[in-house]
Amino acid sequence: MSTAALPLRNEAQNLDRGKVGLVCLLLTEIALFSIFVTAYLFFIGKSPTGPYPADVLTLPVWATICLLSSSLTIELAVRGLKSGAMGRFQLWMGLTILLGAEFLRQTGIEWNKLINKDGLTIATNVFGTTYYSLVGLHASHVIIGLTLLLLVFLFGLRIPLQKYEHRIELLGWYWHFVDVVWIVVFTVVYVIGR
Amino acid sequence: MASVPYTLDDVHGKSSSYSWERFVREWIITVDHKQLGLMYIIIALLFFVASGLQAAVIRIQLMVPDNHFISPQTFNRMFTMHGTTMVFFVGMPFIAGLANYLIPLMIGARDMAFPRLNALGFWLSLFGGLLLYSSYFAWAGTAGTMNAPDVGWFAYAPLTEKAFSPGTSTDFWILSILMSSIGSTITAVNILATALCMRTTGMTLSRMPLFVWMYCVVAFQILVALPPLTAAQIMLLLDRFLGAHFFDTRASGDAVLWQHFFWLFGHPEVYILIIPGFACVTEIIPVFSRKPIFGRAAMIGASVSIGLISLGVWAHHMFTVGMPSAANIFFTIATLLVGVPTGIKIFNWMATMWGGRIRFDVPMMFCVAFLFQFLLAGLTGIMLGVAPFDWQLGDSYFVVAHFHYTLIGGLLMTLFAAIYYWFPKATGRMLDETMGKWHFWLLIIGFHVTFDPLHFAGLLGMPRRIYTYPTGRGWDGFNWISTWGVPIQAAGILIFVLNVLYALFKGKKAGNDPWDAWTLEWATTSPPPEYNFAVAPVVRSSRPLWDVKHPEDPDWKYEHA
Repeated sequence: MSTAALPLRNEAQNLDRGKVGLVCLLLTEIALFSIFVTAYLFFIGKSPTGPYPADVLTLPVWATICLLSSSLTIELAVRGLKSGAMGRFQLWMGLTILLGAEFLRQTGIEWNKLINKDGLTIATNVFGTTYYSLVGLHASHVIIGLTLLLLVFLFGLRIPLQKYEHRIELLGWYWHFVDVVWIVVFTVVYVIGR
Repeated sequence: MASVPYTLDDVHGKSSSYSWERFVREWIITVDHKQLGLMYIIIALLFFVASGLQAAVIRIQLMVPDNHFISPQTFNRMFTMHGTTMVFFVGMPFIAGLANYLIPLMIGARDMAFPRLNALGFWLSLFGGLLLYSSYFAWAGTAGTMNAPDVGWFAYAPLTEKAFSPGTSTDFWILSILMSSIGSTITAVNILATALCMRTTGMTLSRMPLFVWMYCVVAFQILVALPPLTAAQIMLLLDRFLGAHFFDTRASGDAVLWQHFFWLFGHPEVYILIIPGFACVTEIIPVFSRKPIFGRAAMIGASVSIGLISLGVWAHHMFTVGMPSAANIFFTIATLLVGVPTGIKIFNWMATMWGGRIRFDVPMMFCVAFLFQFLLAGLTGIMLGVAPFDWQLGDSYFVVAHFHYTLIGGLLMTLFAAIYYWFPKATGRMLDETMGKWHFWLLIIGFHVTFDPLHFAGLLGMPRRIYTYPTGRGWDGFNWISTWGVPIQAAGILIFVLNVLYALFKGKKAGNDPWDAWTLEWATTSPPPEYNFAVAPVVRSSRPLWDVKHPEDPDWKYEHA
């Protein structure tokens, strides 16, 4: 068998298992969100009693700007890390965390208004049911992402992170995913559903 | 025949003294894919026994008309626990175990891509199962409700709403399955990452064993088909605990929505369970026919198309809820379409055997039984896939007979084939052929005695899940015969257990390659050392061990790159 006529190569080594694993995870996340989005679309206009979306929802423009621009800042942070500029990395990373936190604060303000002023809870009608579950599912992903970003930021103050550049890049992919999902949620909840 | 090419003889350390520490290392904190694979299979077999006993109780209750062997409440809990256990805590761990044990060995890798994640997946699966069974001992809740779930394995809404299922048993059902679903998702991620990134030199995708190919399809299906169930269960939890209205029909919720979400998971799940069976058969039939698999590329194509088409057929479980005509037509056509790639596979297996020098050892016997029984199961499946036929027989014992034909007549046969085939690799000892043949014939006869008559009871209108029935409807004889199949099957399983125990201590030494096979797992010792291969194997064809054994006529001369 030493005189093989065929070329031998290890094609598997070209693929990174971390990336493959994360893409698989995101695939399953997409499927999960699809079901909640489907439920939201299915129940549009089916609430027998108010409050209705048009009465209580306003476009969350500022929150959307914050979240979407955090995609840009984390990209700049990862690039900083790759070129070894730790100061730049920490700056952009910190900004990403602030933008993500501001998005969550805006969600909190919105929910506070909906619950205490408009009287809309998850148990009020099917609009409330689907609204809180879909937006809440997304917000819980933001919280997970934010926790991980914060950990990376804090570790970065103490230990050199260049060794983990690859993992931090994957965390960036996850954060981009959270942003893209927000575009879908925004379109479904605030544009189509209102 | 060449000697074992890829192992060292001396480094496989054997510590003889048994200690608590060694137990913890081997059974608790292990991240070794082989050990985890065996642990998966062991818990699957334990849950199989529990669930089999529940099935026996169901059959005793239905043996004669107007029977009151158990109470109606207990009966509901029996079929719920039986179905849930068999699907989530027998089928899923078993297929995960086979994947974990075999995939790294088959592709010449040291371990799975994410070993620690793998261990997490196992423990989630195990504790999911224990959580389900702990419901028997749980706080009974209010309103005199019973413990142990009693809502059926597909748990239709609005029965599962708090108003109709108070108490905690339904919550045990939801949470235990959520937990094991996370375990299954982890396994799927691991399978894909392993198959794509861990292959040894020369193992291109076109040379990768079909077993691994089919598991990639399964992993993809798990990733896209489990989330609908997870999502639906999160919604159900929100309904039950926070007063949401997803499936609450009194507040504009929608009970049929649950059915859509459940079967969007539930139908691909059938293929998630059976394709690993196909994978085993595809490895075993060629070895025992002494021929390479017929139509390798067609096999891959058929697997991928089953994986994709099966995502679009779910509502054939829902013909009887009254869908629009367009939906009935679409799902009928899609269902019939799945029969095409499945037929291609059956044809390929038969063509592999055709003209081969067939050896009828126990693994092959189980494979042949699978071919015959799965074909019949497929035919009743096509009957039920036609909407008007299903309107007549949906939710009857005909359906029960059909899916037990696929899962016992099909899947269970392949799993036993796999056990007889790979047991020597995992333990170094052979299972006994004579006992194996007794096991085979008792199980086959018992299976047919149990499930063949149920087709007729179903055709005569016996609905599934009824607690008991009056005499004089023509169901008595069929049910009576069916129950007599249970002790025959049980005797077969008992012989299997004895065979395993006997083989573990007294079995014939297997050697590294008892079946004269061609895939890489047979190129290392039995059982394989922790590191699997001392030297990373080099692969030039889809039958690497054939090339080693037959240097004068290797496969790579005939295969294209």
